[in-house]
Amino acid sequence: MKRIISAIVHDRPGVLNRVSSMFRRRGFNIASLAVGHSEKEGFSRMTIVVDNVEGMQADQITTQLDNVVEVVEAADITDHPTVIRETALIKVAATPSTRGQVIEILDLFSGIEVANVSTEWIIIEMTGTTEQVEAILALLEPHGIIELMRTGLIALTSN
Amino acid sequence: MKGVAVMELAGGELICESLIEEGVDLVFGHPGGAILPLYDHLTKYPQIKHVLTRHEQGAAHAADGYARSTGKVGVCIATSGPGAINLVVGLATAYMDSTPMVAITGQVTRGAIGKDAFQETDITGITLPVTKHNYLVTKASDLPMVIKEAFHIAKTGRPGPVLIDVPRDVLQEMTPFNEYPTTIDLPGYKPVLEPNNEQIEYAVNLINKAKRPIILAGRGVQISQAEEQLVALAEKAQIPVICTLLGLGAFPGSHYLNLSLMGMHGSAFANIAVDESDLVINIGARFDDRIVGKVEEFATKAKFVHITIDPSNINQNVEAHAPVVGDAKLVLENMNPLIKSAKRTEWLKRMDQLRNKHPFFIPETDKLLPQFVIRQLWEATGGQARIVTGVGQHQMWAAQLYPTTVERGFITSGGLGTMGYEVPAAMGMQMGRPEDLVWSIAGDGGFQMTLQELATIRDEKLPVKFAIMNNSYLGMVRQWQELFYDNRYNQIDIAGPDWVKLAEAYGIHGIRVDNKENVLSAIHEANQHDGPVIVDFVVEQEGNVYPMIPAGQSVNEMVEDPDMDEKSSMVAK
Repeated sequence: MKRIISAIVHDRPGVLNRVSSMFRRRGFNIASLAVGHSEKEGFSRMTIVVDNVEGMQADQITTQLDNVVEVVEAADITDHPTVIRETALIKVAATPSTRGQVIEILDLFSGIEVANVSTEWIIIEMTGTTEQVEAILALLEPHGIIELMRTGLIALTSN
Repeated sequence: MKGVAVMELAGGELICESLIEEGVDLVFGHPGGAILPLYDHLTKYPQIKHVLTRHEQGAAHAADGYARSTGKVGVCIATSGPGAINLVVGLATAYMDSTPMVAITGQVTRGAIGKDAFQETDITGITLPVTKHNYLVTKASDLPMVIKEAFHIAKTGRPGPVLIDVPRDVLQEMTPFNEYPTTIDLPGYKPVLEPNNEQIEYAVNLINKAKRPIILAGRGVQISQAEEQLVALAEKAQIPVICTLLGLGAFPGSHYLNLSLMGMHGSAFANIAVDESDLVINIGARFDDRIVGKVEEFATKAKFVHITIDPSNINQNVEAHAPVVGDAKLVLENMNPLIKSAKRTEWLKRMDQLRNKHPFFIPETDKLLPQFVIRQLWEATGGQARIVTGVGQHQMWAAQLYPTTVERGFITSGGLGTMGYEVPAAMGMQMGRPEDLVWSIAGDGGFQMTLQELATIRDEKLPVKFAIMNNSYLGMVRQWQELFYDNRYNQIDIAGPDWVKLAEAYGIHGIRVDNKENVLSAIHEANQHDGPVIVDFVVEQEGNVYPMIPAGQSVNEMVEDPDMDEKSSMVAK
């Protein structure tokens, strides 16, 4: 089972290491981790997606996070109403002769921009749900994905 | 700024001033290059006594033993690199067993960090998993607040060790100092002490309805000083009490409701009682694997009340029906008035049956057995000595056969199982309890790991008594090789020096005992000797600790002593 954790942490050197080290030594598998400034100065917000969580382990993730002194708040928001997004940069092969077909695929989706283009490729920037990102990747695959960078999930509760 | 004289102090002085503010009058340590500025300033503060250990591990264990026996924060100091790394096993020992400690380490200068400088090591990185928190201080003006926070974190909530790493030039940096901070702001650190009423009511309801309840008391009872409240609960509701290894001393060993300890080498009666119980009330313990064994077969007929200050303990190993988060003493103070008085005659009768049928057992023989020595020590000291142990067979026999009646009177490395703890921790315990009789029940294997601290013990004139269970074997390893590796003994012959001569070499009184007749007189001689004593008990080489529940198994697989019979003349219940 996948769990989505939202945490507020001190914005200080070494905090990311404290958090990731706890995940590693407790045997929790991080699928993605995104961190950036939060609404409060001096504090960062982390969205952590944890894979293969079984039974009682779910509580362990938040209580063990709470034990890290520099973690101010940690909540499992998997079952909360949330807005969840990720951004992907996709460098897909597109020559002048195939570019039109690629652009046709992009038109099927919202939240997409062409970030850069050359005679051999297009860099696409897309923000959406994981499902949307997966869908566009599946359609672009036959053209050849040269490079891919995904940010991992970021999430806010919406209640 | 006319008329306002702002005092400028060096970083090292700020540390000393801060330690005094925290009530520290004793530190254990070992100097070296990077920490030298602190040692230079320490001479100006005679209020802080420094004990020079022969190894940094000794400093850490001594601080641990001091902290466990007094409840105060133990402090140890080391230099950068190897010095700091030598503290690690002591920090890990303290971390596993929730000992409040502050370790101060020197670091290379700020500009040299990250450059592989001489004696540089990333000690905050290394100790991350074995400290409750740690700091790398990058400016002297941060020191008072860091020390204030470190002591607060070390001693509150579930206690633990905190490390403060200070670069040499920060120790030397001059900075204005007005006053020690009085408040702290740690938004990420707010341990829950006051229990929630609903959790209390739910737990009370389960306790009042239970027919066959058992209390499992852990070290949390001692940390929160809830011993009195525990006795009140047990007596009011007539509930038998089992202690964990670390909980020994939380409940009087002489009490009629005491069921000794449970788990891998716990009493058979305690393990069977837990198996038959319908409610296990865990107070300040964490249901670790040495207690639980196979989770699916642990106390299958029981529900679980789990009282703990550390929410991460709840549902970590055993799923709790009634979790109660809070300080054990506050929880029991809230809970006890709601508990119904009960007699539970049937259940207590069953306890007596179990005790009589499955007692601790010392084989009848002319040979000198460590069990016999430990029981003689218990009798000779009336269970009143403060006990330190090492790790292994002697540790388990001490836990079984020396039921302490002294609060904080039995200290041992339970969670980490650190051999060698018995020498420096005994030193720390004796310094924390200078008036009391301290006996270290030691293994000859563990003793050889830290025996250099005998010099410290001699210098400090500490009257610690060591009872070395000398079987020239790594006894517990041998037992496992016998039982689980088909008698294939390997690397267990660990004969030490001539212990009496070693004692003499350190200027310590040494006594050798190799027969049953001389045990008692040697103990009395040691007790009366005004100074440290090593008693070398040359005991039987082979012998197993029973009962035993093999690792990861349940009470159904418990093995009792095959030699036990009705005629055994010396039986401990």
